[in-house]
Amino acid sequence: MSSAVSATPTDPTEMALPRQRGYWGTVGYRLRYDYITLFFLAVLVLIILSAVFAPWLAPFDPYRESIIRRLKPLGYMDQYWLGTDELGRDMLSRLLYGGRITLTMGIVPVIIATLVGGMLGIVAGFAGGVVNMVIMRVMDVFYAFPSVLLAVAISGAMGGGAVNGMIALSLVFIPPLCRVAETATTQVRNLDFVDAARATGAPLRKVLWHHVIGNVLGPILIYASSLVSVAIILASGLSFLGLGVKPPDPDWGLMLNALRQSIYVSPLVCAMPGIAILITSISMNLVSDGLRAAMDVRA
Amino acid sequence: MFGYVIRRLIAAIPIALGVSMVCFALVFLAPGDPVQTLLPPDADAETVARLKALYGLDRPIVVQYFDWLWRVAGGDFGRSIANGRPVIEEIQRSLGNTVLLAGLSVLIAFSIAFVLGVIAGRKSGTWLDRLVTGVAVLGVSIPNYWLAIVLVIIFSVEMMILPSSGTAGDTFDPTSWDHIRYLILPVITLSMIPVGIIARTTRSAVSEVMNQEFVVTLRANGLPEWRVLKHAIKNALPPVLAVMGLQFGTLMGGSILVETVYAWPGSGYLLSKAILTRDVPVLQGTILVLAMIFVVTNLAVDLFQSTLDPRIRRG
Repeated sequence: MSSAVSATPTDPTEMALPRQRGYWGTVGYRLRYDYITLFFLAVLVLIILSAVFAPWLAPFDPYRESIIRRLKPLGYMDQYWLGTDELGRDMLSRLLYGGRITLTMGIVPVIIATLVGGMLGIVAGFAGGVVNMVIMRVMDVFYAFPSVLLAVAISGAMGGGAVNGMIALSLVFIPPLCRVAETATTQVRNLDFVDAARATGAPLRKVLWHHVIGNVLGPILIYASSLVSVAIILASGLSFLGLGVKPPDPDWGLMLNALRQSIYVSPLVCAMPGIAILITSISMNLVSDGLRAAMDVRA
Repeated sequence: MFGYVIRRLIAAIPIALGVSMVCFALVFLAPGDPVQTLLPPDADAETVARLKALYGLDRPIVVQYFDWLWRVAGGDFGRSIANGRPVIEEIQRSLGNTVLLAGLSVLIAFSIAFVLGVIAGRKSGTWLDRLVTGVAVLGVSIPNYWLAIVLVIIFSVEMMILPSSGTAGDTFDPTSWDHIRYLILPVITLSMIPVGIIARTTRSAVSEVMNQEFVVTLRANGLPEWRVLKHAIKNALPPVLAVMGLQFGTLMGGSILVETVYAWPGSGYLLSKAILTRDVPVLQGTILVLAMIFVVTNLAVDLFQSTLDPRIRRG
């Protein structure tokens, strides 16, 4: 009896379109079976959590130095699991705290660039004409620098420091994000539903918000997520050159540079900060690729 | 074609001017008044003004820019603060080493990545494809300054078969093993990112071509698989060559970290030393030259690509 009832369609839309998921439903469904993306998403969440909770997780004070405990190997005295650095500070604690600085240095510039570049691109794409030309030609100039060079040039001229490094990286990422936003907006702008919305007398603000932003946000965010890994590598690179975070703050790039002098004494400890950067950037890249594949409606 | 070349050349002029403006502006990003660094902190206002007039810093900024541009166009980049030598000499001495390093890295990356990409693109969806894609992701995810250190640990510290840094002499001698030894680790390190990028591009280009109708026709005509592949490669090559050219320009400006680790006497190492000593004229000059090389490479790639395939001409 019960089976007969459930077989009777009650909702006409359900009958017409069986198992309709909607856009985000499809994305979620695809991601659920993408084990590689899920695995690296978990790794990424772990890295972020360990950075956030570093004060509770770190076994030692990351700034506490010791002359007699310098450059000890992994598992030293069963307390220093990842050994100690060139000033006798606990590596595990410094890597945990370093995650806070390095991740911030990588993520904040991408967020700033997404806001500024995305906005400029949407304005350029929607306005067209002279506005578009002015904005995009300025972007072309910054595009004419290799990204590493531009980051080094700006932060080098400004004199280093974590904040200057983040400003430099934001400036590096604004042009590519602006281009992605501009391309997406130009495509959407010429679609019929935007014309229809404007023809019905919808105010510009509403057309932009509902029809344009809603359709260009996906491509912009996917692109931005692919930049985070580049940003982390670049930010650590700046610190590595002495242009980013200043000692004694623990930053993965800075730690790598400081330990570079000790490769003859303690090679494994020296490689550690780079492994942290590598795991983070691989996870970020694969998660971004997975998201892109899942959100690609044409596939 | 000729008209197109002229149009592209003209379009590159505002870009080049813009790049020079950014480089000119770098000096003003530096904290503090440029004159202040030359004078004792208690210098009176009159001395500051005299010195400013002497260096032309009291004139309108536009005049200063064109004056600077005129001198730079004539090859005068000023003098290094660190050692007083003309900046142009420092750049000339180091640029060749970076061209050598970046050029070799891109060529080696291309030969490895192209083979990998063709294999993956032909068998897209198989485990081989996944393996190649994995290698490509690894290539772009590895911080190359870390890889440099790891390679030094393995080949210089542990196995002691390759030198950890520096060069054998000022001028590179390609016949001497002693000179080549110093290049091996930097070239491997620098080629990692282009391997990843070129492999990805090749893979998608080949798999796209393999799905086209002419491939089906070739197969239907009974052509052996290797000859089908030859046609596919010929069609996939232009975009891959373009990416390779762009990568060369990127590496020219992006080798700074790798050169720093290996103390390779190229323009990147020069830049890294200039940052440490806050040598702004060297910083400005080197960045201008490297950015201009990047602009010219991009232009050359664009022209080369449109010669191979007239369909992709822009504007």
